[in-house]
Amino acid sequence: MAVTTLIEGVRQALDEEMARDERVWVLGEDVGRKGGVFLATEGLYAKYGEARVLDTPLAESCIVGVAIGSAINGLVPVAEIQFADFIHPAFDQIVSEAARMRYRSNGDFTCPIVIRAPWGGGVHGGLYHSQSVEAFYAHVPGLKVVMPSTPEDAKGLLKSAIRDPDPVMFFEHKKTYRLIKGEIPEGDYTTPIGPAAIRREGAKLSCFAWGLMMHYCLEAAEAVAGDGIDVEVVDLRTLRPLDTKTIVESVKKTGKAMVVHEDNLTGGFGAEISAVIAEHAFEHLDGPVLRVCAPDVPAMPFNKPQEDAFLPNPARIADAMRRLAAY
Amino acid sequence: MYRQMVLARAIDRRMWVLNRQGKAPFVISGQGHEAAQVGAAAALRPGVDWLVPYYRDLAFCIAMGMTALDFMYSVYARRDDPNSGGRQMPSHFGLKRARILSASSPVATQIIHAAGIAYASKVRGLDEVAVTCIGEGGTSKGDWHEGLNFAGVHKLPFICIVQDNDYAISVPHRLQMGVDSVARRADGYGVAGEAVDGGEILAVYEVMKRAVERARSGGGATLIAAKVARFTSHSSDDDQRRYRPQEELESLLRRDPIERFRTLLLDEGLLNEAEDERLQQEATAEVDAAVRTAEAAESPDPGDFTTRVLA
Repeated sequence: MAVTTLIEGVRQALDEEMARDERVWVLGEDVGRKGGVFLATEGLYAKYGEARVLDTPLAESCIVGVAIGSAINGLVPVAEIQFADFIHPAFDQIVSEAARMRYRSNGDFTCPIVIRAPWGGGVHGGLYHSQSVEAFYAHVPGLKVVMPSTPEDAKGLLKSAIRDPDPVMFFEHKKTYRLIKGEIPEGDYTTPIGPAAIRREGAKLSCFAWGLMMHYCLEAAEAVAGDGIDVEVVDLRTLRPLDTKTIVESVKKTGKAMVVHEDNLTGGFGAEISAVIAEHAFEHLDGPVLRVCAPDVPAMPFNKPQEDAFLPNPARIADAMRRLAAY
Repeated sequence: MYRQMVLARAIDRRMWVLNRQGKAPFVISGQGHEAAQVGAAAALRPGVDWLVPYYRDLAFCIAMGMTALDFMYSVYARRDDPNSGGRQMPSHFGLKRARILSASSPVATQIIHAAGIAYASKVRGLDEVAVTCIGEGGTSKGDWHEGLNFAGVHKLPFICIVQDNDYAISVPHRLQMGVDSVARRADGYGVAGEAVDGGEILAVYEVMKRAVERARSGGGATLIAAKVARFTSHSSDDDQRRYRPQEELESLLRRDPIERFRTLLLDEGLLNEAEDERLQQEATAEVDAAVRTAEAAESPDPGDFTTRVLA
């Protein structure tokens, strides 16, 4: 198995799926000659040509709407929104159109599209290049919301998303693109959308996270292991559908639960996970469900010390782990 | 074409009666728009070309292959409604066998879908044309601009028909845009622009025929602005007497596109009074039968609403 970056996993998935199925095409801003601002589509333009690797006008609703129309007429689009921060103009197309096409036509029309977007902070992106948008879309029936945190998953889950018969939101944490390296299996493989992955087994408390925070949780878990706090870290990978079974089983085992995300606290997806645990594992809890999240300010500041203060980090997460373990 | 207009009008009038009888909770009309829609459909190949409709396109859908019964099922929200199985409000058209794409309520989102369909048609080397309709109010939305722009960039087999009836619910044309006809925007998108009297069916057909030829020959997209009359209030929840002067409402009746076409056909000797009477009666009988069948038809199973969210 070769060791690659997370973004290389994304690129390989696109390349291999385009080679496998000529209906697959990529559209977005700067995805063509430039290969994307993060280079996720590097080399695809030269290999597959402009019609299948299309630089679109600078218009997010157009990108998603064209993807929907092309799917209706037999293509399999993978739309790139350059930054998740800029996805909001396409909200109507995603929520009112893509997510409801199957439902509102009683199954006659479907919308097999993928919308990829880099999200997350810690890269000096300021207010508008750092946001977490997963909670908006995880709320919407008719969508799937995938958040890979490893190169293997980025590739395997993206392949599954492209082959999925329904619309998939595929959010890639931009700081993990080159920071996170890992082995990728040889050959064609897919990772199923839905199941969470237990990245570190533990008996004392359960920690749920995705994206960059999942890696910070692993660091924090190592830091507290010396204090005898044995943490289980669960990488949710997919927020919709949510793997409630793995969440509940983990909490039943450990009796303590915390959620870490870099989206702000109120109404963040951690609230949903907390509710699932409260409903299904209440009698197994021997402490409060903790949430380690960004504060309720509009977005991440550009100023470095303030950015650091905004984002949960391994030290803050480790503190929360100790606090929870003390119950 | 005349038959399709007559049938569409008969269906449309009946649904208002059903609304007043308390049998149809909501209706929204296309009365006054029939010539623009049927004239345009006449230049298309039903089942091959795509219609990405808006809520006033009843006559368009009829001309593309929707039956009175297909529609009445939706008025009654029945299980066998091919538009949505009773899930959507009536006039949110969708009919897979006729390539009429399912429509939503947000205005202008459909314009971009038509552009996407047309892009796929072009990339796949098909000669399918994507036609989409909207009111003049919808042209103020960003999605309308984004769709037209994309169609212009790629010279797509795409036709947007703006059915301009002067009102977006109550907001008049003069508060919607700074131009008399939205067709004047065509140049700004690199698409062909045509302004046409949407009450004159043959004029619409001529314009549409040119647009379809342009689309199929790789000549690119067309924006058609068709002036039409809105006979009814916006919907069954609106009363246009509150915002339209009485004399304007009376003058509308002199702009009935069906009456204009009927007069032409009679004058040209292509139709006589007896044939017309028979056509009217056939349309009424078809609507009667559709209403009877739809009224007696099954509702979807109450629990069915949780299905077909995902594959």
